[in-house]
Amino acid sequence: MSLEIIRAGVRTTVQDLGRPGLAHLGVPRSGALDAGALRAANRLAGNPPGAAGLEITLGGLRARATRAMTLAVTGTPAPIAVGRRPADPGLPLAVPAGAVIDIGRPAAGLRVYLAVNGGIAVPPVLGSRSTDTLSGLGPEPVRDGDVLPVGPAAAPPPGVDVALCRPPAAALRLRVWPGPRDDWFTADAWRTLLGAGYRVSPQTDRIGARLTGPALTRARDGELPSEGLVLGAIQVPADGQPLIFLADHPTTGGYPVIGVVDPSDVDALAQARPGTAIRFTRPREAAAAR
Amino acid sequence: MHARRAGPSAILIELPGDEAVSAAYELLTGLRERGELTAAEIVPAARTVLLDGVPDPDRVFRLLPEDLSTGTGTPAKPHRITIPTRYDGEDLDDVARLWGTDRAGVIAIHTGTEFRVAFCGFAPGFAYLTGLGPRHHVPRRASPRTRVPAGTVALAGPYSGVYPTASPGGWQLIGRTRETLFDLANDPPALLAPGTIVRFAEET
Repeated sequence: MSLEIIRAGVRTTVQDLGRPGLAHLGVPRSGALDAGALRAANRLAGNPPGAAGLEITLGGLRARATRAMTLAVTGTPAPIAVGRRPADPGLPLAVPAGAVIDIGRPAAGLRVYLAVNGGIAVPPVLGSRSTDTLSGLGPEPVRDGDVLPVGPAAAPPPGVDVALCRPPAAALRLRVWPGPRDDWFTADAWRTLLGAGYRVSPQTDRIGARLTGPALTRARDGELPSEGLVLGAIQVPADGQPLIFLADHPTTGGYPVIGVVDPSDVDALAQARPGTAIRFTRPREAAAAR
Repeated sequence: MHARRAGPSAILIELPGDEAVSAAYELLTGLRERGELTAAEIVPAARTVLLDGVPDPDRVFRLLPEDLSTGTGTPAKPHRITIPTRYDGEDLDDVARLWGTDRAGVIAIHTGTEFRVAFCGFAPGFAYLTGLGPRHHVPRRASPRTRVPAGTVALAGPYSGVYPTASPGGWQLIGRTRETLFDLANDPPALLAPGTIVRFAEET
């Protein structure tokens, strides 16, 4: 059983929940940027949460199912058609053998997830089928004409299930924890981060979301020796413009991290198009945790 | 020991130097193996060890011994690797000048040093090897090369390293090896995991 990719769209990659546990060897976590959306798609398709699906950036995918299969589409809402008939996101979809699936361009947000019962069964690399755009591990990005194997059905798809697929908010609030290197910045820089608005820059990819806005000024000069990085770390390079690390982030980095976006807000950030307004707020729990 | 929070589920532990990092890394991985510490990632670096994927950081803060750097854990017998190297790198003469010696002198110093993998990063399987004395630390090149071939043995700052895959790089190139540094068929896939003791041997 397979999924024949007629048109891959702007940027489509195979993603599961990544390869955690190998950062000490320099292997990035990788995995779906909007991990919650992939989990939901897998649940709808009858898969375990970590099965591999397609991460379709800005839509434009056309694929043919070689056999009858159940699939589900989640993430930011995009026009879907199965055999040229409109279909809904967030529901299990029965696809007859030979039918063509079209996923159009989302009106808002960036990433649509497609899961198929049985999962995309490309060979795993270090326990994961994710394409890691930083280190080049995992499958190549999906191209026109690719034939992606689909695994044996893991379980029958759920009878009735639904996942909410809402377009991302036009302005995003991200909860940010101070540190670990907030002391490398002026007190003013922290106030600026929380008070001023930022926007997602066009230089945004699976490695990180670059922001534009008021520069964050350092309280001290010099170089920070490389240190381990977490998902959602807000690194501030010399130009003072923050960069928030997403799934393909490097395992270590040498620019100071002023704060960390709460991991539960990272999925929403992964859907933010260039130009999206970002505001940072302090999580209530962070005040006590120092 | 000084530990800092890095978000709701991570702790960055600061240590005085690379030997303390190695000791703390051994201690923390030992605690995890014995089920006394839950962490998805334990990431050593130049002056820090990051614990990430920690369900209850406040509990770990209390659990950590005051001095991690003395390594009260039971250190595993370190893995030892010898890397056969052909010393014909493009920057060999520059390094010789920086060290006030000649090519043979660079080779003698590099093969005479017992290195240790302090940490990995930059690319899967790229290991930062410590062991050279301060006298033999070298600056990075003023402008990085666009492509350094896989297997290139190089120096920068206090470190020596071997490029596991072809990539851009600003280190001083002194030689090359045919060893495979990162092999997906191996477990672990990195030849040089943190804590590994490394010697280079001249291959003629």
